[in-house]
Amino acid sequence: MNRIGGWLLGLASVLAFALLYAPIVVMVLFSFNAPRGRFNLVWQGFTLANWRQPLADAALTQAFLASLALALAAAVLAVLLGGLMALALGRVRLRGGRAIALLLALPLTNPEIVLATALLNLFVDLNLPRGPLTLLLSHSLFCLSYAALTLKARLAGFDPSLELAAQDLGAPPLAAFRRVTLPLLAPGLLAAGLLSFSLSFDDYVISSFTAGETVTLPLYLAGAFQREISPQIQVLSTLVLLVSGVLLILATPRSSGSGRR
Amino acid sequence: MVALQNLSRRYGDHVALENLNLTVGAGEFFSLLGPSGCGKTTTLRLIAGFDRPDRGRVLLQGRDLTGAPPHQRPVNLVFQNYALFPHLSVWDNVAFGPRSLRLPEAEIRRRVGEVLEVVRLADLARRRPHQLSGGQQQRVALARALVNAPAALLLDEPLAALDPDLRRTMRAELQRIQRQVGITFVLVTHDREEALSLSDRLAVLHEGRLEQVGTPRQLYDSPRSAVVATFLGAANLFREGAGSGVRLLRPERLRLRSSAPAEGEQGMRARVRELVFQGATVEVRLRTDRNQALVAIDTAADVPNNLRVGSELWCCWNPADSHLLEEPA
Repeated sequence: MNRIGGWLLGLASVLAFALLYAPIVVMVLFSFNAPRGRFNLVWQGFTLANWRQPLADAALTQAFLASLALALAAAVLAVLLGGLMALALGRVRLRGGRAIALLLALPLTNPEIVLATALLNLFVDLNLPRGPLTLLLSHSLFCLSYAALTLKARLAGFDPSLELAAQDLGAPPLAAFRRVTLPLLAPGLLAAGLLSFSLSFDDYVISSFTAGETVTLPLYLAGAFQREISPQIQVLSTLVLLVSGVLLILATPRSSGSGRR
Repeated sequence: MVALQNLSRRYGDHVALENLNLTVGAGEFFSLLGPSGCGKTTTLRLIAGFDRPDRGRVLLQGRDLTGAPPHQRPVNLVFQNYALFPHLSVWDNVAFGPRSLRLPEAEIRRRVGEVLEVVRLADLARRRPHQLSGGQQQRVALARALVNAPAALLLDEPLAALDPDLRRTMRAELQRIQRQVGITFVLVTHDREEALSLSDRLAVLHEGRLEQVGTPRQLYDSPRSAVVATFLGAANLFREGAGSGVRLLRPERLRLRSSAPAEGEQGMRARVRELVFQGATVEVRLRTDRNQALVAIDTAADVPNNLRVGSELWCCWNPADSHLLEEPA
């Protein structure tokens, strides 16, 4: 009975992972496809040509670079601001700290399309021309809650006496922060950054309202069906997958050695 | 060495410390003893610089440090939870202080190596804190605090987190290390055995006030108040007549006998209520004719064999062994 149960559990796990990874496997596979015509949707034959010229599709490359820059900037902003908020909420006994924490989580429940409409409204009323700036503002905005909450959770497990110990041993407050607090928070910062990056990188709804003439990767891909689906899409996506995989492994604490007792 | 003058600290309505005056001598092993909330930890935080007094001054080697931030004070603290840096090896934990002081690299290596020898951890220098036992972590915390050669080492309940056997071992280690390095130790504890066995002198704090300062012997044998008397050990307190005062008689000074008091002795008839065998000693709880509760502690070998709950006997003592409290309340 037990053996059958274990066997079933194993099967279910394999199926679950197969489902999770099937699209990814297909994507990686099609980066090696040699399509006929402009649509890389049917398997024709193996080639390395796409990988030799990952930037062959100029419009795609431009959208890809725009998204990359946007996601990086949004992640940096969100982690900086979110980190400061998390520090304030975790460290200082703020009056109304609970209310602030709640306010921080509230935007997460707000439907994206509602936020997108509101942002467009705001930008039009402020007479801000839609473009890179409005994109960056709105992306760092919706990443902020995620980043702050991730970091707040990380800080909750942080022992404040560590920083006191550093000061006691002769490190001025800033040095104590840099040599003790920051390294211990680094995995959390990286995790929050990765989360923000991926949220921004694949955002379509908010971008479609606030981008103006700027074309991000999701906006480009959404329109691609009418023009062209080049195999470079799969090549660049596979590259993104590889990079985020590596970063994720870096951000994951070693299972044995991470925790303090 | 460490001088505290008129220190007061309040948190809202709570008086944590009220007008504390205390001087700790160079090279002394000094303890601050008291129950939780007595102000001992507040005192330590004021010396370390983690908190500022409302009134009063903190002097170290004659320098007024009342307003100085922690990193500018020549004192180091062993935290109750050790507060070891989890991302650094034992070596780097210990080297943190000398590096903060920007000592030359060769000097850092020499000092860290030396202090790791003192706490007997040289073999484990490359480990991370989580790979060490509680006792080893304690040694790292000690080494890290000693390596800057502070004017005074502050210890906040350093043994509280250890199990009893290890605590006894570490107590002996603390004493050895203090003698070896010759640095002034200021220990905060609520454990009277710890304070009595380790300290050259100790101070008993109660509700933010200093009750008494002295050697362990002085405080145990000649406490000024009932608070000190009962905090340092089991105590029999006798009210002497009307308004004339309270007399202390330690349980081990009582002699239990079937015969009446001898010449020069005092005595009372009492009935045994409870017998507690404790290995080396037996604790006997009694009640006198006048309905006063008494505790006697005798070495197990000396307690009469026929002693039972309900036995009636004489509790005798030498008047010279009793002590009149200055402050009976």
